[in-house]
Amino acid sequence: MEERTFVESLIASWPVIALFSGYVFAVLFVFRPGSRAIHDDAASTPFRNDDRPALEPADKEARS
Amino acid sequence: MWDWIKIAILGIVALVAALAANWGRDLAYQIHALIVFAVAAGLFIWYVRQIGEDKPAVDQTAYSDGVIRAGVIATALWGVVGFLVGVFIAFQLAFPQLNFDWAQGYLNFGRLRPLHTSAVIFAFGGNALLCTSFYVVQRTSAARLWGGNLAWFVFWGYQLFIVLAATGYVLGVTQSKEYAEPEWYVDLWLTIVWVAYLAVFLGTIIKRKEPHIYVANWFFLSFIVTVAMLHVVNNLAIPVSIWGSKSVIIYSGVQDAMVQWWYGHNAVGFFLTAGFLGMMYYFVPKQAERPVFSYKLSIIHFWALIFLYIWAGPHHLHYTALPDWASTLGMVFSIVLWMPSWGGMINGLMTLQGAWDKIRTDPIIRMMVISIGFYGMSTFEGPMMSIRAVNSLSHYTDWTIGHVHSGALGWNGMITFAALYFLTPRLWNRERLYSYALVNWHFWLATIGIVLYAASMWVTGIMEGLMWREVDAQGFLVNSFADTVSAKFPMYVVRGLGGVLYLTGAVIMCYNLWMTVRGQQAAKPVASAATPAE
Repeated sequence: MEERTFVESLIASWPVIALFSGYVFAVLFVFRPGSRAIHDDAASTPFRNDDRPALEPADKEARS
Repeated sequence: MWDWIKIAILGIVALVAALAANWGRDLAYQIHALIVFAVAAGLFIWYVRQIGEDKPAVDQTAYSDGVIRAGVIATALWGVVGFLVGVFIAFQLAFPQLNFDWAQGYLNFGRLRPLHTSAVIFAFGGNALLCTSFYVVQRTSAARLWGGNLAWFVFWGYQLFIVLAATGYVLGVTQSKEYAEPEWYVDLWLTIVWVAYLAVFLGTIIKRKEPHIYVANWFFLSFIVTVAMLHVVNNLAIPVSIWGSKSVIIYSGVQDAMVQWWYGHNAVGFFLTAGFLGMMYYFVPKQAERPVFSYKLSIIHFWALIFLYIWAGPHHLHYTALPDWASTLGMVFSIVLWMPSWGGMINGLMTLQGAWDKIRTDPIIRMMVISIGFYGMSTFEGPMMSIRAVNSLSHYTDWTIGHVHSGALGWNGMITFAALYFLTPRLWNRERLYSYALVNWHFWLATIGIVLYAASMWVTGIMEGLMWREVDAQGFLVNSFADTVSAKFPMYVVRGLGGVLYLTGAVIMCYNLWMTVRGQQAAKPVASAATPAE
């Protein structure tokens, strides 16, 4: 039986490598500069809008 | 127009179900057809009687909470049913006489065991995920549920799935895939319901008024999408006849085993972990009244689960026909999962930073903390058991059962109880729970129950594993299988008693929640538009 070279087995297991590098990229991306403010804002999401949805028209104006 | 289409569809379904009940090739299929007929015909009459009448206006500026209330009730009730069946089958193992002669072929262990697993995972856990995800996605998106009554279709459609699955198990319908026992027509129905669930959830996220998709919604969304994928791939089967329950899976041999455990392990990973982490990332910060310890860590936790979990399945198939490289892959990725799991546990626990006194004063926080603790413990134990050498001792023993229950009773059960205690006063607009003392009772009964369960299963599992491999000087096996069975008796009784304690705690919870809803007046006057009309 032929031995597979290192490169051949690397190519054969590309889905593992692809997903694992996706993970590494995601971790690096989380620590990008300027992310702290965004994350702090997102983390406080559960403490808003507890009783009813945000209002439609005011929101539309604010975005446009 | 839509009303007429609905009536037409229901009429056709009722007709086909009646034909199926007549032409069905086996009893279970005929009974299922009758159930479907009763539901479709009942709804048909109900909608026909409503035709032309004015519908009550729905307040679009309020959250859609009716379906969540129904989900809370269903979660509590299915929980008690699932635990009760679990306690019964635990005692069936200790006292085989409980496999009654008169119920032979219906209520013996083999029929009730899938009923128990599906009742606790899919009925109790599934309803908990449905109602909490609907609650969380609305609050964190600042938007009413998308799709109007589609959420009600999801809820009732899911209950129908549960009823069809449960009756099927007792009547012997199974495609013999663990945690995926229901046959092809029930699988198809669940697929329809699940796609509607995805539509409601995703629709609400898309119309959100918040700039961010809060991390809990990421977890819920990955749970919904991944379970859809797992369910469809694992259940690819060709029915023998459309008028019968039997079908043939398209895979065979080791491929079938691999697909099954790719499904089975990721059902644990995405149904029982990702979905319940969504609960953790919302309810723990809410109850502690402070944001999650590290939002960055929560994102890393999420992507780690997504990218790594999917490879862990082969560790269920050590020492089988599965190639070695595949089971090594599963083992390695299981061990890699240690890090994100513990990162997530630390993130949940550290959310209490600066509010540690709440563990003493708030029984709901205490429940959340022990739940996260069990998440950490079972995600430590799991990778350890996936190591091939450990697995050679633990596999096929009750150690596995103990591991599963420390995760299910400890992590899933406790976080769900905490969520129910959190949700009930808010959904029914009550000032507080009926009794915190009863929450305390529930907490201790459940905790002691889990400890009894896990400890007895460790002892009996390791004993069993050692007895199976014991050989004498000539190399002959020392113990017969029946020797292990009789040696396990005391631990089986202790396990059953642990289950009784856990069940008692859940019954106390139901009483407490019931009295919270029934026993008090509304906290605030509800004359304002705060309550939805449905």
